Amino acid sequence: MEEFYPEEYGPRWSDRRVERMLGALVCAVVALLLAMIVIVFVKAWPSFAHNGLAWFGAGGNVDDQLNAIFLSGQAGAEYVYTFHAWPLIWSTLLITGGAVTIALFSALFVAVFIVEFAPEWMSNILQPVVRFLASVPSVIYGLLGVLVLVPFIGNHLVSESQKASVAGVISLSGYSLLAAVTVLTVMIAPLMVSIFSDGLRAVRPGWLEGSLALGVNRWRTTWKIAVRTARPAIVAGTVLAVARAIGEAVMLAMISGSVGFAPNPADGAIFIFEPSRPLAPTIVKNIDQLSSPPANATLFAIAAVLLFSAALLSLTGWVARRAMRKYGATT
Amino acid sequence: MGAPVATPPAAPPPGGAPPRLGKAAVEGSATWRLTDRIGLAICWALGLLFCAIAVAIAVYLLLQGIKYLRPSMLVTPASAGFTQGESGGFSDALFGTLIVATMGIAIALPIGIGIAVWLVEYGRPAGLARVTESTIEAIAGIPSIVLALFGTVIFSSTALGFLSRSSDGIVFGRSFFAASTMLSLVALPLVVASTREGLNSIPRHVREASYAVGKTKAATTRRILLPASRPQVATGAMLGLGRIIGDTAIIVVLLGATQNFAPVENVGFPLDYLRGAGTTLTNFVYEASPTGNLNQPQKAYAAAFVLLLMVLALNAAVDVVHRRARKVGAWSS
Repeated sequence: MEEFYPEEYGPRWSDRRVERMLGALVCAVVALLLAMIVIVFVKAWPSFAHNGLAWFGAGGNVDDQLNAIFLSGQAGAEYVYTFHAWPLIWSTLLITGGAVTIALFSALFVAVFIVEFAPEWMSNILQPVVRFLASVPSVIYGLLGVLVLVPFIGNHLVSESQKASVAGVISLSGYSLLAAVTVLTVMIAPLMVSIFSDGLRAVRPGWLEGSLALGVNRWRTTWKIAVRTARPAIVAGTVLAVARAIGEAVMLAMISGSVGFAPNPADGAIFIFEPSRPLAPTIVKNIDQLSSPPANATLFAIAAVLLFSAALLSLTGWVARRAMRKYGATT
Repeated sequence: MGAPVATPPAAPPPGGAPPRLGKAAVEGSATWRLTDRIGLAICWALGLLFCAIAVAIAVYLLLQGIKYLRPSMLVTPASAGFTQGESGGFSDALFGTLIVATMGIAIALPIGIGIAVWLVEYGRPAGLARVTESTIEAIAGIPSIVLALFGTVIFSSTALGFLSRSSDGIVFGRSFFAASTMLSLVALPLVVASTREGLNSIPRHVREASYAVGKTKAATTRRILLPASRPQVATGAMLGLGRIIGDTAIIVVLLGATQNFAPVENVGFPLDYLRGAGTTLTNFVYEASPTGNLNQPQKAYAAAFVLLLMVLALNAAVDVVHRRARKVGAWSS
C-alpha cells in the first residue's frame, strides 16, 4: 500500500531505514533459533552416532553409564559413549502422561465451571486463584514437594512391608512417581484452565442460545456446543502444558527421586511409589560434567531429544488446530 | 414415561411487565438428569480443590516465612557455617535476582517491541512474517534447560570471553551476562505477544489520521502507536519478569553454582560483578532444599517466601495496569 507523500515533507528514507533495521532484528532472532537447533544437534551427534537406535532402548544401569561416560572423558582415555536412555524416557512418558491426563480432565471441568456454572462470587475467587497457581515459580513447588509431600508419602502411604518387598532393587522413600505427578499436575493445570476458559468465552453466544432454545439444558449445551467449539483452544492449551511438563527440569530433579530407574507397572500398586528420573532433570543433575567431551555430547543428545519433542508437539498442535478450523473458533 | 414431556410456560399476562431477566432467568440444575448433576458436582469439587490448594500453598508459605524469615537475612550474604544460624542470609541471592531481572528485561523489551512492531506494522515479505511468528512460538515452547545448554556453547566461545571469567584462553562461560541473555529469550515471546495485542487493538483510522498530517510510518509508530499500547507493553514486560524471576534451570547452569557473588578481578565496578558468577533466589531455594548441596530447609522457606512475595507483587501490578487501561478506555471505533 502506497501512501500519498509529497517530496517536500522531507526525506522518506528514515521510514525505509526503520523497516530495514527491524527486518534485520527479526532475521537475527530467526537465525538464532536455527543456530540453536543446528548447534544442539551437531553437539549431540557423537552420542547418537555411537549408539544408533539403541540410544532409545533399554539395557544396563543409566547412572552407571553416565558415570562411565564422564570418567572416560576425564581420564583422557578412549571416550565411552554407550548410553541406553530408556529408563529416563519411560519416566518422562509416565510423569508427563500422568500429569497431563489428570490436568486435562480437571482443567476442563474447572474452565467450564468458571465460564458457565460458577456463581459470580465463585468465579471471582477462582480466576485469581488460577492465576496465582500459574505464577508460582516451579522451584517453590519443588520445595513444597520435597518438604511436605515426599515425607508424607514416605511415612504414611508406603508401608514397611512394601518397602521391604523391593528393598534389594530400589528404596521407597517418598521420592516417587506419585509425588512428581501430583506436583506437576498442580503446576500445569492452571495454564490449561486459563487457555481453555479463554476459548470457551470466545464461543458465539448465538450457537449456545440456539441449543438452549431447543430445550437442551445448560449442562448438555455447554459440553455439546461450547466445549466442542472450543476444541482448538483445548488442543493449544494441552500442547502448551505438555511442553511445560516435558521441559520441567528443576522441580522434577527435586522430587522425582533422581534415580535412573524405570518404574515397572508389573510391580503392582507400589509402582507409583517408585522413584525415577525424567530426561530434563538428568541434564540438571549432571550439569557439572559438561567439561568431559563424551558427557557433553550425551547431555546435548538429551537436549536434542527434548528439542525434537517440543518441535513435534507444536507441529501436532498446529495440524490439529488446522483440521478444526471449520468449527469457527478464534484461536 | 407417560408424564407430559414439558409443561408449556405460563403465558405472560397481556400488557404486563416483560419477564424479568437476570438471576431468575438462569435455569437451575434441579431439572437435570442425575448424570448432569453429578458433573456439576465434580465442577464444584474441583473448583473448591483448586482454591484449597492455592490457600494451602499461600498460608503454608506465609507461616513458614514468618517463622523463619529474619530481616537480617536480607542484608547478610551466605557464608559457611555448621548450623543454620551461622550460615548467614541470602542477600547475594536477592540482589542476584534483581540484577538478572533488570538485565533480562532490558534485553527482551526492545527486541520484543521491535519484533512486534515489525510484525504488525511492516510484515513484508509475508513469508518472513510467517516464519517469525513460528519462531516466536517455537522459542516459547523450548524447555529452558535446552536454552541453558545452548548458552553454555555460545558464552564459552572465545569471541564472547569478555562477558565472563576467562583464564589462559579458556572461557568459563558462566556470568550474569550469560544468564540474563538466555533468560531474555524466556521473556521474549510474552513481550512480543502482548505488544502485538496492543498494536492490533489500535484501529486503522488512528494510523490514517497520523499519515494524513504528514507523519511517517516510523514517527507514527514512535509517537502514537507505542504510547497508546503502553499498558499492553507493560503487561508483557511484567509477565516476562515473572518468568525470569521464577526460572531456575538457566540460573543453575549459566550463573555458576556459587552461593555468593564471585566478581572478576582487575575489572571496574559494575562489570566485575556482571562478568562473574552469582546466585539468585530460585537457585538459593534449589540449593537449600534437602536435595541441594546446602540442605537448610528453614532458609529455603524464607527465600521461597521472599520470592513468592515478588511474584505476587508483579501479579498485582499487572492487575493495576489492566484496570487503569480499561478506565482510560479503548479506542472508540
